[in-house]
Amino acid sequence: MSDTAGQITEISGWVVRARAATPLALREVVLVGHERLIGEVIALTRDEVTIQVYEETEGVAPGDPIYATGEPLSIELGPGLLGGVFDGVQRPLRKLADEEGDFIGRGQRMTALDREALWEFTPEIESGRAIHEGDVLGRVMETPALAHPIVVPAGVSGTVQWIAPAGPRRVADTIARLDDGRELTMLQKWRARVRRPVRERLVPDAPLITGQRVLDTFFPLARGGTAAMPGGFGTGKTVTQHQLCRWAEADVIIFVGCGERGNEITQLIDELPRLVDPRTKRLLAERTILIANTSNMPVSAREASLFTGATIGEYYRDLGYDVLLLADSISRWAEALREISGRLGEMPAEEGYPPYLSSALAAFFERAGQVVTLSGGRGSLTIITAISPPAGDLTEPVTRHAARFVRTFWTLDRQLAAARVFPAVSTRSSYSETPAGVTSWWSSNVSPQWAATREEAMKFLEEAALIEETARLVGVDSLPEREQFVLHLAERFQEDFLRQNAYDEDAWCAPARQMEMLERFMKMRREGVAS
Amino acid sequence: MTTAGLERRGLAELRGPLAFVEGVAGIAFHEFVDLVGSDGETRPARVLSTTERGAIVEVFGVTDGLKLDTSRVRFHGRPMRFGVGPELLGRVFDGLGRPRDALPPPACVERRPIGGSPINPCRRAYPRDFLETGISAIDALNSVVLGQKIPIFTESGLAHDALAMQIIRQAHAPSVEKFAVVFVALGLPRDTATRYLDDLQTSGSRGRLIAFLNLADDPTSERLITPRLALTAAEYLAFDAGYHVLVVLHDITNYGEALREISAARGEVPSRKGYPGYLYSDLASLFERAGRIAGRGGSITQIPIVTLPSGDLSHPIPDLTGYVTEGQIVLDREIARRGIYPPIAVLSSLSRLMADGIGEGRTRDDHPDVAKQLYAAVARVERARGLASIIGVDELTEIERTYLRFGERFERELLAQRGNESRTIAETLDRAWTVLRELPRTELTRVRDKTLEKYLAP
Repeated sequence: MSDTAGQITEISGWVVRARAATPLALREVVLVGHERLIGEVIALTRDEVTIQVYEETEGVAPGDPIYATGEPLSIELGPGLLGGVFDGVQRPLRKLADEEGDFIGRGQRMTALDREALWEFTPEIESGRAIHEGDVLGRVMETPALAHPIVVPAGVSGTVQWIAPAGPRRVADTIARLDDGRELTMLQKWRARVRRPVRERLVPDAPLITGQRVLDTFFPLARGGTAAMPGGFGTGKTVTQHQLCRWAEADVIIFVGCGERGNEITQLIDELPRLVDPRTKRLLAERTILIANTSNMPVSAREASLFTGATIGEYYRDLGYDVLLLADSISRWAEALREISGRLGEMPAEEGYPPYLSSALAAFFERAGQVVTLSGGRGSLTIITAISPPAGDLTEPVTRHAARFVRTFWTLDRQLAAARVFPAVSTRSSYSETPAGVTSWWSSNVSPQWAATREEAMKFLEEAALIEETARLVGVDSLPEREQFVLHLAERFQEDFLRQNAYDEDAWCAPARQMEMLERFMKMRREGVAS
Repeated sequence: MTTAGLERRGLAELRGPLAFVEGVAGIAFHEFVDLVGSDGETRPARVLSTTERGAIVEVFGVTDGLKLDTSRVRFHGRPMRFGVGPELLGRVFDGLGRPRDALPPPACVERRPIGGSPINPCRRAYPRDFLETGISAIDALNSVVLGQKIPIFTESGLAHDALAMQIIRQAHAPSVEKFAVVFVALGLPRDTATRYLDDLQTSGSRGRLIAFLNLADDPTSERLITPRLALTAAEYLAFDAGYHVLVVLHDITNYGEALREISAARGEVPSRKGYPGYLYSDLASLFERAGRIAGRGGSITQIPIVTLPSGDLSHPIPDLTGYVTEGQIVLDREIARRGIYPPIAVLSSLSRLMADGIGEGRTRDDHPDVAKQLYAAVARVERARGLASIIGVDELTEIERTYLRFGERFERELLAQRGNESRTIAETLDRAWTVLRELPRTELTRVRDKTLEKYLAP
């Protein structure tokens, strides 16, 4: 599959240029140098190809060969992803460690999905049936809690001539043969940068419960919605993201550690197999997929990691599940984009970022949504991203562009973080364009009073903030008694409601309990103000 | 085809720390080359980009006085390496890894590429073993664990050198025998570097120390190599020889400026304040070499020192450092002005890995509660002080005045300590209780009742 396709002429970091001997396609995967490093064709002229290499290029020299593969960079989809840890281009990190040890080397290509693992396949159709894209052929239990339907890939239809009987199968084994001779397996491939097709995109109509009071009650996020969480360093972005990764109510959670710290990924790898999902009573590790491209791993693979995550997310969405994708952080992703753009010699726009930063962000966020899948079922992909604005400046390009594409904006506040109030979500500069469906969900599932009580609480917080400003000038004692009371209650509200310990039983708070606490506080407010 | 052993006379261009070599094919990316001037001196250099016609190399040494036609380039056909082995301990090297202590080069067991390789996140061991510095403000409130990276953010004129030396002298992990310190000077003035060496020699820490010195008047570009040599040595000690290694990098601001200089010379598009867009990734390639590996004994703990340019925490270097590291220890001029050493600002300092490294079986059962209570109380002190400066102390409420008294005692009795005073974590926590007793019991809301009962009664 790989013939010498050309000769390298130039190397500058992750960008390699070569003279092609055979015609290559844009976005085709090529293997670079004698070590056959993974690369992708990102530009073509009549006599030169430009390649983005996903591994360190140290030691590669002009004159070294490149090899064509004839295939675009694609993501492997099928049973066996859950519980996995992958790098930005979906290399399985556990297997990589088994093969080459504690440090990540180069030129190791291995399939994301284990080709030898056996899955107990149960067919759900009979031979002779006409099938279309999205139809369910059968299923396997990927984990004890999650049934993984094996569906007909997009664009495929025909009549089933043979379907595999119930029994153990490997992902690449044929499980169905069509009348035109085509063979289907449990393994699908999909190009990372291309959206997967759906029958219909729906308006989100329910909240994604995170168990975090300040988020669910004040700045709710819809299932299939998008959120951005900007915060300077030390404001608790990662702790909050980890909280969501642990406790958010989704069937599948994909955590993309995109240019962040190695120890943080390790912490998740360590603890997820020990934590229990409060709803399914299963281990959290069984519903989680980690994509780890830490800050010292290749920058080019960091750029790819978001799309790798989104593609896997869409796949589980298409199987009818509610999926949450967490990305920490898109600032590091944007920096990767900037670095590659710089190496390509492109004209920069703001702060050195390429002019297409905004459209690239849009392409990512638009992959979120609640949909009717090709098979007619329902699924959703919700996206929450952390943003690390330089110097905490929310007017910088990445924050500004992201704000245009997300509906929920959770601003983390340095002062709250310094006072160790976590999650340090600012109630004054965060917002959520809550869809009507979210409000009616709370009304019908928790309390008809939800919207009114929430509004009352928002006003109360605003009032308290204004009083506090006055108090800072004149001292609490000089305030009228009513204002002293509001201030005092606001302090308790921050202590008992907004603040939430990530490390004890308070880490997850059910919606009904949130409402109960909120109502109790508002009752105290009404009574206190009246007396 | 490799260029190993190849030598070429003549350069096409010289510009600052960059040299352009032409007419040599097959030069590998990041290949290590030597640039030899007519003075006979060898300057190590590294390939920054390469084409069929030639390459751009960055020179780690002085390029002044070099001529195009008489300079020679010697190719090695491989990346730059550094020889590691147990004999490194106790030695002092210059910024390029050559002995500075008038002793012959140490024997090495292996020569390793200085860039290192990323640790597979699946093989890291999450750091959770307490590293005692003997300094109350750090041990109680910003506890450091083995394998953590936590910088000291400071300003010119503050006591960061005294603090760093004290940490180097005192740092130890309970129940750990093999402990080593790697001191990395990046653009330090000669007298400062000498002070460090003298201090370490007289305190008897020498046998467990390796020093790499790139001084203020050494070539700027050398600074990009020095920390990588040091970390290669540290990795050997930690992951092959089982040492717990503390790496002090001083000063990262000088390192960042060296990076900017090279980037500007290359004509790269700058991001903020002229620093290259890859400043974050480059810093990460140093700081992420801290950590622990499952099944291997040792660890690398990093304490980089960052001098904030004009005290600005939002400057790209401290800002991006803060994003990579696991917390920060912030020194504060105002506290220093009150005559307090070490002038550590408790609230703006943070140790991200603290929660898992303290408490029963690690430090002491009351530690988490005491730390939480102290943060809360210090936050109240700050508020009361702010208010007092506007409306005067007399107008404060009784409880606010109590907090002012607490603040005084906290600074004098817990925060402040002598430069040669090492406190055990138990001593530190006992002192914390002494000052917490200044507050009424009703204010101690962050401490669990059973902890209060055990420790509050004098």
